[in-house]
Amino acid sequence: MAIIQQIIFIAALAAVAWLIYRRVGIIGKTIRLGKDEDRTDQSARRLSIMMRVAFGQKKMFDRLLIGFLHFAVYAGFILINIEILEIILDGVLGTHRVFAGPLGFFYRLLIGFFELLALGVLISCSIFLIRRSILKVERFQPARHREMNGWPQLDGKLILVFEIVLMIAILSMNAADSALQDLGSAHYPLAGDFLISQWLKPLFAGWSEGALIAYERVAWWIHILGIFVFSVYLTYSKHLHIALAFPNTYFSRLELKGEMKNMPEITQEVKIMLGLETQAGDASVPERFGAKDVADLSWKNLMDAYSCTECGRCTAACPANLTGKKLSPRKIMMDTRDRLEEVGRNMLANKGEFVNDNKSLLGDYILEEEILACTTCNACVQECPVLINPLDIILQLRRHKVMDEAQAPGSWNMMFQNLDTNQAPWKFSPSDRFNWASAVTDSGPESNSTAS
Amino acid sequence: MSEIAYRVPTMAEMAANNETPEVLFWVGCAGSFDDRYKKVTVAFVKILNSAGVKFAVLGTEESCTGDPARRAGNEFTFQMLAMSNIQVLDMYNVKKIVTACPHCFNTLKNEYPALGGNYEVLHHSEYLQQLIDAGRVRLESGESFKGKKITFHDSCYLGRANDVYEAPRHILEALDADLVEMKRSRTKGLCCGAGGGQMFKEPEPGKKDVNIERIEDALQTGADTIAVACPFCMVMMTDGVKNKEKEQSVKVYDLAELIAQAKDL
Repeated sequence: MAIIQQIIFIAALAAVAWLIYRRVGIIGKTIRLGKDEDRTDQSARRLSIMMRVAFGQKKMFDRLLIGFLHFAVYAGFILINIEILEIILDGVLGTHRVFAGPLGFFYRLLIGFFELLALGVLISCSIFLIRRSILKVERFQPARHREMNGWPQLDGKLILVFEIVLMIAILSMNAADSALQDLGSAHYPLAGDFLISQWLKPLFAGWSEGALIAYERVAWWIHILGIFVFSVYLTYSKHLHIALAFPNTYFSRLELKGEMKNMPEITQEVKIMLGLETQAGDASVPERFGAKDVADLSWKNLMDAYSCTECGRCTAACPANLTGKKLSPRKIMMDTRDRLEEVGRNMLANKGEFVNDNKSLLGDYILEEEILACTTCNACVQECPVLINPLDIILQLRRHKVMDEAQAPGSWNMMFQNLDTNQAPWKFSPSDRFNWASAVTDSGPESNSTAS
Repeated sequence: MSEIAYRVPTMAEMAANNETPEVLFWVGCAGSFDDRYKKVTVAFVKILNSAGVKFAVLGTEESCTGDPARRAGNEFTFQMLAMSNIQVLDMYNVKKIVTACPHCFNTLKNEYPALGGNYEVLHHSEYLQQLIDAGRVRLESGESFKGKKITFHDSCYLGRANDVYEAPRHILEALDADLVEMKRSRTKGLCCGAGGGQMFKEPEPGKKDVNIERIEDALQTGADTIAVACPFCMVMMTDGVKNKEKEQSVKVYDLAELIAQAKDL
């Protein structure tokens, strides 16, 4: 019997490892579809940002209570994974609580600590579920935010239910284990009662040894298989942020938020037009200005999309969204990921090569009306707890719309025309630019000619 | 102090006299052409005069920095404007620039370097704070702001874009005004609705205009003066006050205008 359990366990472990390996492969491959962008400078500064923002969750603590709850889930999840090591060893070797013997009293302390974390995860996830489903926190509601319709909303709740089930399994498994120890059951070494689960023991009062063993085994399998399924699931889910938050913050932009990326491919042409440079023979004309599809964006924009956990802080701070416009920075990120996942499936189905599907991010996912509504105020960038930059994507899509497709609103075309002819966005003559000075000097700029 | 003979020297005049100014005042399109913002330009120039700052302007040699074109996606027009501005600035060997427009400030400071234009660029709130701290601008003899409730509207291109949050507030504190914050301020400040080229087009369909959402924040504070530091915010907030029919009781002023009032310039 034990050997069958071991075989099933090893098979499940191998299957999970293979599924995750394959999935990580396609995620990495699709991120690399993006354009090159060097984000490897200033490694000390980058490391410090990652430690503060991803590891220390600095931005989550903008809201103190939520920050603590989220930190409880995060710390719980990371540290409880140490226990997974024991579970995996037990599963492979057919042992039970293999660390209990060698660690002695310290083992009981350790499991007690894990149980405390598990309780924290359980409470936090329950509060989160209440916030989503009962308190109906605005930014999670599909009625108000269309991008949350269907799967994203379900995904958010499923993850929480998943974590709650896992925590209940681990706590009740430990309680059943303690009850079995009390009965002196052969396979259960005396590890003692544990910090939290001892309070659950009354639930198992009067259970037979067989029933307790059955419960303990089922809970053990639910817990470990749950973790296996969860770790595959998260690569398809918004929950990928637990891994990608680290590289995503490390490679985040270090420039001031106001700076827009330059387009050197245009500089060359402008220099020639201004007569600053003579026609260069090898001046390569880019095939496309701005971004129309995911491959036109930078690899970091694409990593941003996979890192988004759809919390909607960006959208809740967006002036356009707040006033009822179609733009939602969260939707920009979700659309980018959805399109990227579609491209990934296309590649998997075509031996790793993308076959043109006549679709694109701009048009099929993100609409012109959305990108036009942006005030470039950087509130979305400011809010993101994992340093995603939706604005960078919006502006690249605008560049495509305006330069490549020559599709700008009429009043913008007027503004461009004014800039080209009058060097001002309004229709004023450049020769009138200095007329304001007459209000300072009574007699006008002409007679105001000495500087000293 | 009112007998100062105000001057607005140009770079061309300075160069002709073989002189170099301490700082170039970049006026910007709104500061040059917009009737409301011209008053800010005038106020700032008067402050510079009274502080004895040796400054100059480009006059008719100035062009738009290109910010609205770039934000609207038109990189060609942006770079054409930027390159010719850089030519003019470099011709006059300009080292230090101050401007009353956060959009010009951001573009000159952060985006011209990639095109070869490297200058020390300050927003007028930072520059005015320096003048006050150095004792070159003394706040006396004019209108007293003591106990007056003033709220400050953070411009996106000054605040989030460039992390300038304190300089404007220091100025208001120097005025001895009673600074009251809106519920959304500093990093959480709400946009006026005009950035990113929105100033030059109608908004997309929605249920409200952004400036109305913002003016409600400002009115909630009970302040009778809304201080701004950006020509676009000036337009949007002024329109918001009008929309709420509060133009009799609530005034919108730029920081430079408030200082000019305090100095009776």
